Amino acid sequence: MLEVEGVSKNFGGLRAVADVTMRVEEGSITALIGPNGAGKTTLFATISGFLRPDTGRVRFLGRDIAGLSPERICRLGLARTFQIVQPFAGLSVRENIAVGAHLHRPGRTEALAHAELIGRQIGMGRMLDQPAGALTIAGRKRLELARALATDPKLLLLDEVMAGLNPTEIEEIVAVVRRIRLAGVTILLIEHVMQAVVSLAETTWVLSDGVLIARGSPAEIAADPKVVEAYLGRGAAARLAGREGGAAHA
Amino acid sequence: MRRQLLAIVAFLAAMALVPHLVDSEFWRNWVMMALFYALLGQAWNILGGYGGQFSFGHAAFFGTGAYCSAILHVHYGVNPWIALPAAGMAAGLVGAFIGFLSFRYGLRGSYFALVTLAFAEVLRILANTVPITGKGVGLLIPLEPGAANMQFADRTGYFYLILAFVGLALLLTLWLEHSRFGARLVAVRENEDAARALGVDVFRTKLAAITLSGALAGLGGSYYAQLFLYLDPGIAYGPAISVEALLVPIVGGMGTLFGPLLGSFALHGVSELAKLAFGEAPGLDLALYGVLLVLMVMFMPNGLFGMGRTTLARLLGGRRDA
Repeated sequence: MLEVEGVSKNFGGLRAVADVTMRVEEGSITALIGPNGAGKTTLFATISGFLRPDTGRVRFLGRDIAGLSPERICRLGLARTFQIVQPFAGLSVRENIAVGAHLHRPGRTEALAHAELIGRQIGMGRMLDQPAGALTIAGRKRLELARALATDPKLLLLDEVMAGLNPTEIEEIVAVVRRIRLAGVTILLIEHVMQAVVSLAETTWVLSDGVLIARGSPAEIAADPKVVEAYLGRGAAARLAGREGGAAHA
Repeated sequence: MRRQLLAIVAFLAAMALVPHLVDSEFWRNWVMMALFYALLGQAWNILGGYGGQFSFGHAAFFGTGAYCSAILHVHYGVNPWIALPAAGMAAGLVGAFIGFLSFRYGLRGSYFALVTLAFAEVLRILANTVPITGKGVGLLIPLEPGAANMQFADRTGYFYLILAFVGLALLLTLWLEHSRFGARLVAVRENEDAARALGVDVFRTKLAAITLSGALAGLGGSYYAQLFLYLDPGIAYGPAISVEALLVPIVGGMGTLFGPLLGSFALHGVSELAKLAFGEAPGLDLALYGVLLVLMVMFMPNGLFGMGRTTLARLLGGRRDA
């Protein structure tokens, strides 16, 4: 459904994303993980049209979308959320979601009705008339998800929708994400909450310093020495293995 | 929506009685000018209030509308009623032109404000130099009283004409509040990146807003020309109109349906009181407007309308608690 081929993005001398090639299968939940500063959000911005890749191609449903504007890409059925939440603070939750719903629904009544439906699905039924600026962080994360979902996407890019939430809230969102996939939406998510990655994703890609270093099921990834080193530092995998080995000898 | 529509109809009906119930020529005139500035304020409100794009140069649209209808009438003998829509279109085109240049290159906030101010000034200087506007001497529209010429011997005709324009502006704004275009415009005001991520074409939305806003201000210009039958570059493109157009909705409540109406009556009430208290010292009204602007931004960012709504909600809420 989504194919990223050799995409690079530089900021001055900094190579944020270097020659990344990855794919997302239709109907899957795919996770993109990596340490802070690995380039995950930059890659998302490049896919969703907020940044133009310096090299490479991004194919969505067989069409090259690299360089198209975010609004065009959204209309093709690829919606994203923002890691740093961007609510329309002065509007109510319902009105916020309705902006997304308007993409394929010109009528105001229809869009507001759809917004309410989506809001209830995402568990915001009681917050619909609150101003978005008054929501807690958990509420704002949900709102990001609800707005993007209201555009009827085929592929949803979720950028850390669980960061800053407590375990109960995470469980709720995990259930919501699962339901969205069941409804036929493919999902690519950036996440630091491993509990969520393990329980949701079939395939996980690991990005470190702008380079893809591993790919596999969450269990395979956790056992990959390169991944352990990316998170804990050079030689960490060997040291960990050594300690386990030593314990076994004793 | 139905309640808002009822409120509009009730307001228009009440205003329609003013020429019959108010004896004083002075006060009838006062209401008429308050309605005129409400029209300009409502035009500004579409772009500035709902769209969040603060223009400091609405005189560019007002003046273009005024000159367009006056020139068509004086030099080409076009009937003012036919020149009226042409004036709206010309002003809308100027809006589209300014919007295209500034929004295409992502100018926002104070930079956009400066560009609009500059355009109004350029047009003022231009009007001072080209012969067709009569240069600095100004343009005199011949007195030919008669409804067919959009000139009214008794001023009641002018009163109903501006009331009709204000009604049109209110209905347009009501539509805006309940349409996809309006929802997208407000989304652009609140957060451009989020709007784009939801498929909103920010550039086209802003461009449509400035065109609409300009056209409405252009109608105001055409009306002004027919009312005073005289134009010069300072009147048409001077900063006084730009300041009035933005102050009215800021005082009344930006991004609200009735804000500009409320603001216009309040502002001109205060301005009359100041004249009574201090006499007609030149520039006093502008100094007063400056003070008001600072006070409004500091203490009532939501304007009179916003404050009224909050107070009402608090009162009703308080009663429920008791």
